[in-house]
Amino acid sequence: MSEFLSQGGYGAYVWGAYGLTLILLLGEVLQLRRQRRTIFARLSRMIRLRPRRERGDPA
Amino acid sequence: MKLFRFSSPATFYPLAGKLIPLFWVLTALALAIGFYWGFFETPDRLGGTNPQKEYYRIIFIHVPAAWMSMWLYLMLAVWSAIGLVFNTRLSFMMAQATAPTGALFTFVALYTGSFWGHPSWGTWWDWDPRLTSELILFFLYVGYIALHSAIDDPRRGDKASALLAIVGLVMLPLIFWSINCPDPNQCAALHQRSGLSQMEGNILFAMLTMTFGLWMYSFAATLTRLRSLILEREGDSAWARDLLERER
Amino acid sequence: MWQVFRCILGRDLRLAMRRRTEVLTTLFFFVIVISLFPLGVGTEKQILRILGPGVVWVAALLASMLALERLFAADHEDGTLEQMLMTPQPLSLVVLAKVTAHWLLTGLPLVAMAPLMGMQYHLPDTALVAMVLALLLGTPVLSLIGAIGAALTLGLRGGGILLSLLILPLYIPVLVYGSRAVTVSALDFAETLPYFSLLGAFLLLALVLSPLAAAAALRIASE
Repeated sequence: MSEFLSQGGYGAYVWGAYGLTLILLLGEVLQLRRQRRTIFARLSRMIRLRPRRERGDPA
Repeated sequence: MKLFRFSSPATFYPLAGKLIPLFWVLTALALAIGFYWGFFETPDRLGGTNPQKEYYRIIFIHVPAAWMSMWLYLMLAVWSAIGLVFNTRLSFMMAQATAPTGALFTFVALYTGSFWGHPSWGTWWDWDPRLTSELILFFLYVGYIALHSAIDDPRRGDKASALLAIVGLVMLPLIFWSINCPDPNQCAALHQRSGLSQMEGNILFAMLTMTFGLWMYSFAATLTRLRSLILEREGDSAWARDLLERER
Repeated sequence: MWQVFRCILGRDLRLAMRRRTEVLTTLFFFVIVISLFPLGVGTEKQILRILGPGVVWVAALLASMLALERLFAADHEDGTLEQMLMTPQPLSLVVLAKVTAHWLLTGLPLVAMAPLMGMQYHLPDTALVAMVLALLLGTPVLSLIGAIGAALTLGLRGGGILLSLLILPLYIPVLVYGSRAVTVSALDFAETLPYFSLLGAFLLLALVLSPLAAAAALRIASE
């Protein structure tokens, strides 16, 4: 196992490259999720508010 | 026209929603197989007299990322051109959704190249023609994203950045060529010659599998972003409101 | 057709002659940037000779970039541009006329000034000749490509800095062959022919394509 991790002494380079890639891709996925949630939240708030305005109730 | 049915955001949104999980599964599968193959089925040394040692395994992420970055720029320009010709909103949104993922891959290709360069050339950065081209591609992506976000009116932003993407695509061969061949009589020496045909079968298989994985990843990420963009822009329309009611 | 071209060219030149400082600002920016480099990297003759061609070209890139922001801005602000969009003549011709005027005012002075700048870097006489020729072929390309960016960023907040982000990467081919032509000419002037042919080809290509692209960008910007 440790032999696998050391990659012949070049572990820092190999895992550095793979690790940062993994972090970046995961970061993008998380960012996409957050973006989606924000939009959903905003839109459903707008829907909740709209009928009241249409009825003319002072919200 | 059956094809044009899906060019409407209202019909495309649910279709994309069904496809995205499939792309995630394919991404996970391909990346897992590619990773396993790249680390356990390949030799530790590469080449004859001056062998590349274990660090060459960065190839399995570096080359696929570089390929995908170029492919996605091509897609960006193609969707932009389709948008300008047919004036379809969805094509512009597709282009806009592609750009951040493409920029991400150029960045990945750049620093994995740097991580590979340090053990094999002894320096973090060298003006290797391919690395330099990748850097310029990164600038083009950044320019596209910057222009799109600087324009408040989405319709003008779509069209202006689409035009920029096409101009960039026309210029790219000239730019790459001028970086590769600063002397028109002979081209610059590459640090490592690439040759798919002389590559060992296992290495090639791992590289292609990883490429497929990243390709599927781009589909999944782009479509997810596209769905958010559609909702953001068309959230006021009747179909979007119906959809939100149902999902709530 | 030529009448439109001549009319707009004459108008832009006359307007610029009333505000001469703008033209001079670009020129002096060019001179200052080039003069600062030896102060930064040291004044050793050998180093300067190697750096010279590249520095002059990068300075030319930045200077023409700086001037571009104003290419369509004044006409956009006072509404002239909208009138131009409605003329029955092709818009690309109007763009070409404006770019020509712009180059005559900002590009040509740089070309004329370049040999002096080359002397600051101890470049041999052949290299000075090559530099003038290369700039003469290359700076119009810079103006033409830049016009697309200027049209795309028309009227945007922070348009100037955005413009440089969009356009500078597209200047690379001109920069590469322009400065290499000067470097090569210091060794053997006969070897420079392929570089000048390439720059000439870029110029022809840019003359045909970029007015069309810039005109399309102007229409998008003023929809």
